Amino acid sequence: MTVTATPTTDSQPGYKWVGTRPVRHDGLDKVTGRARYGADLNLPGMLIGAVLRSPHAHARILSIDTSAAQAMEGVKAVVTGADFPMLESGGEGSGEEYYDPRDLCRNVMARDKVLYEGHALAAVAATSRREALAALAAIEVDYDVLPHVLDVSEAMAPDAPILHDDLITEGVDPIPDEPSNVASRYVIDRGDIEKGFAEADVIVEREFVTQPVHQGYIEPHAVVADVGEDGKATVFCSSQGHFMVRSHTAELLGWEPSRVKVIPAEIGGGFGGKTTVYVEPVAARLSQKAGRPVKIVMTRDEVFRATGPTSGSKIRLKVGATRDGRLTAVEGSMAYQAGAFKGSPVSLGCMCAFAPYAIENVLLEGLDVVVNMPKVAAYRAPGAPMASFASETLLDEVAEQLGIDPLELRLRNAAEEGVRSVYGPVYKRIGFKETVEAVRDHPQYSTELGPNQGRGVASGFWFNFGGSSSATVHINEDGSASVLTGSPDIGGSRASMALMAAEELGIDVYDITPIVSDTESVGYTEVTGGSRVTHATGMAVIDACRKVVTDLRARAAKVWDVDVEEVEWVDGRAQHVSGDRAPMTTRDLAAGAAGTGGPITASAAVNARGAGVAFSTQVCDVEVDPETGAVTILRYMTAQDAGRAIHPSYVEGQMQGGVAQGIGWALNEEYIFDTGGTMENPGFLDYRMPVASDLPMIDTVIVEVPNPGHPYGVRGVGEVGIVPPMAAVANAIHDATGLRMSELPMSPVKVLEAIGANGG
Amino acid sequence: MPATLRAVLRGLESALSSPPEEELRVRFAMRYVAPTSIEEAVSVLDGAVAAQVYAGATDFIPQLRMGRPEPGVAVDLKRIDRLTDLRREGNTWVIGAATPSARLAEEDDLVAELPGLVEAAGLIGSDQIQSRASLGGNLCNASPAADSVPAMVVNDGRAVIAGPGGMRTIPVASVVTGPGTTSLASGEFLVELVFDRPPPQTADAYLRFIPRTEMDIAVVGAGARLTLDEAGRCQEVSVALGAVAPTVVMVPAAEDILVGHTLTDDALKRVAAEASAVCNPIDDKRGTKAYRRQVAGVLAVRALKLAADRAARTGS
Repeated sequence: MTVTATPTTDSQPGYKWVGTRPVRHDGLDKVTGRARYGADLNLPGMLIGAVLRSPHAHARILSIDTSAAQAMEGVKAVVTGADFPMLESGGEGSGEEYYDPRDLCRNVMARDKVLYEGHALAAVAATSRREALAALAAIEVDYDVLPHVLDVSEAMAPDAPILHDDLITEGVDPIPDEPSNVASRYVIDRGDIEKGFAEADVIVEREFVTQPVHQGYIEPHAVVADVGEDGKATVFCSSQGHFMVRSHTAELLGWEPSRVKVIPAEIGGGFGGKTTVYVEPVAARLSQKAGRPVKIVMTRDEVFRATGPTSGSKIRLKVGATRDGRLTAVEGSMAYQAGAFKGSPVSLGCMCAFAPYAIENVLLEGLDVVVNMPKVAAYRAPGAPMASFASETLLDEVAEQLGIDPLELRLRNAAEEGVRSVYGPVYKRIGFKETVEAVRDHPQYSTELGPNQGRGVASGFWFNFGGSSSATVHINEDGSASVLTGSPDIGGSRASMALMAAEELGIDVYDITPIVSDTESVGYTEVTGGSRVTHATGMAVIDACRKVVTDLRARAAKVWDVDVEEVEWVDGRAQHVSGDRAPMTTRDLAAGAAGTGGPITASAAVNARGAGVAFSTQVCDVEVDPETGAVTILRYMTAQDAGRAIHPSYVEGQMQGGVAQGIGWALNEEYIFDTGGTMENPGFLDYRMPVASDLPMIDTVIVEVPNPGHPYGVRGVGEVGIVPPMAAVANAIHDATGLRMSELPMSPVKVLEAIGANGG
Repeated sequence: MPATLRAVLRGLESALSSPPEEELRVRFAMRYVAPTSIEEAVSVLDGAVAAQVYAGATDFIPQLRMGRPEPGVAVDLKRIDRLTDLRREGNTWVIGAATPSARLAEEDDLVAELPGLVEAAGLIGSDQIQSRASLGGNLCNASPAADSVPAMVVNDGRAVIAGPGGMRTIPVASVVTGPGTTSLASGEFLVELVFDRPPPQTADAYLRFIPRTEMDIAVVGAGARLTLDEAGRCQEVSVALGAVAPTVVMVPAAEDILVGHTLTDDALKRVAAEASAVCNPIDDKRGTKAYRRQVAGVLAVRALKLAADRAARTGS
């Protein structure tokens, strides 16, 4: 089902290919198991690498003795932190691209301290995994175990164990003298908060707690690195951006990026978690030392203990509204776990929490707090879901207290074109209201509920990003086209690139081969993240195709000996305006290419600035078992503004995927640590992501309010779907039970405790 | 599992069991043996240092991956015909210790007579795991949360055990002695499980609570079995709880409360309280003591109601 502010996409007049649903080009290989993922490459003479990880959450490394391991049968190389250059701060960028070389190099291989259980501190390469593991066991490490801290409140307490002696809080005045675990303070301060609350007829305030959750991609991190006689490295791995892997790997090895070539493997999920490196530089250094290719494949246990997750948080928020439902003020503080190194997405949480609404008076504080767990990595709309769990729960409470329908409350406060957002910029054309209306008008919203059942709604916002992308288009000898980009295909982007190329070139989508090229075969391209690929890489593809069409017209003009202005490009063919010449197809023009200027090819690059923001509104129906606290999701529907759905099936897939992950976050997912800071549930048995039977079919409505910043109106669609589910589920539980759940996950134990505490 | 697939799997195992090359022998200290008779298995185990028997290996292999020390000899019992058998023998059902759970669900008469037992076995793992997992393995792995054990206990299951001293039979309830430990002596292994066919107006049920809908481990499990008289009064009642103590616990008070009575709300409330009371649970990552106590009562009642509905439907 598609709802549009302009003509519909599925039958969009004026578009032949955009908005259709071809089976993805890479689909057959993926469903038959032929596609090559990170762990699938094996090279002659290849060694197996394994990583020694800290058993302690916080300890000083007094010594590492690798001599016994070095001497073992089959062991060809051993590395520790001493084998990598010490880098200092100086990172740039923000959001999903942010990193600090100082922290990255210490995260990949610990130096003087281990900062979380699972922190890498040595690695070996051996002729078998068994030998590699035996060698790890033979490495002797002398630790001075230090007290550790996981909870943000405890980490901010005066007597907390300090992770970094040189970490001075940024963003506070005066600059502190002493180090602390608060890396930075971020503030949004707009309007007059006191005036805003003075105008309010109702004020609600609540504290919320959320737990760290992992991205949960099915494919563990995997790499094969091969450093040749010339000192150059070839790295084959699965990631969300092979140019990112190239630059990070080179930097961590002390090399120039051009010394590393990265060949992208298929990727079995990333969700933001594969926008950084872990084992890639380690495998490269081991290969350099051993003189042989080295493969490292993480176990699931390692994935949980050493990669991802996203932050747990403590949030206090206060919202004021007038009797007629106008939001007058919001105030609050959010503290996010950064993991062992600074860089939680707390500022993004502050920006996103109330972004769907026009609110004049805002005072929000965000604290980035380091704690002894893995450094957080980007996860689908980083920072927004936990903040919106808090804000959208409070809006539900406001609506309840005022006796206003929760969707109506959202409509009365909805931001629209021309409104200054909570986080600063003035919105261009946006589709938030349309998503709320789509939920209101959907049959689920008026479906009758039974005993112990409830309904909740929530909305969410995500910025979407643009950024740098490159594309090259070749017209092959048979008239088909190859479309090369540098964007790993996580969510069906090959199909979207092919559709846009088909639209521009006028040839069949299956006559286009979309290719994810390595770092030496296409121009620099940022990571597949920030919901940027269909927008930004799509623009590069469109530009390159338009260059090719210009060239094709010029070649036809040359053949016909006419002015190029007399040649039109229609349905994949050059036509003379007079109509008295036989049209020439791409095949005809390719066949004669040698005589008209050689091969037909064009490249384009963009730094896309016009990523349109995305909104989602969702409705969730639940049933709560009052005797066990179990929450069953009965029905779920999500409406999202896609701007323009290039491939509606994959837009719907992204919408559903975000909801599925959000429901897991809401109901069962959490990191559980023992008293020593060791993760107790590093596997899918006890880290409870939803299984298929936990979820109903998630109904989707694609709203299309075109983004003025893209030729077809595309907005990113990958992330915003995960923002509303936690509040939607919590609000539904409230509707069913009268209970306000302010802690995630809303597991059966917690729900039953709440029911019991409520005298149920 | 189709016979052809089984043959292929056996072929693979056979290939793996062929004498390893010298180099491999050095690298892989663990030996694999697959005896084809009970006598051969007994003799393999007799005198073997650190031998580990297994059936479907659905617990054994993950445990090795989790760092459990490798045994000197891994003894695969699946090629002993009697251990993968499933038959009616007189007034009993005899289920081989290594018979895959999936087989139980294919045996219509067994499903009709012991539905709770079949359901419990069917809850172990995914469809793929079901083709390997067995009642015997579930019992001897001795997890407090094993789904099939409460269901076997309420049905008065007997365990036939082979060992150097010959065969012996003991109640299923006395096999598990604690988390990960059994009463089987060194050199002994489970051959089969025996259940009496139920009398008229008798049925069983097994329910578990997990936070998800499948692919999970019981936070609480409850097995129930009862026999009703013509008036719908309980003649015999048995309730057993899993995952709430180191081993399965019975709720003897359920018998006292219910025998001679119908399942009234009041009586069931008392049973729930008694079920909660006999629990000796722990706090862990899967649930709290308080949660397990409360839900044990809830599930005991739900299992009894389900069993009673079934018993009433079986007629006399």
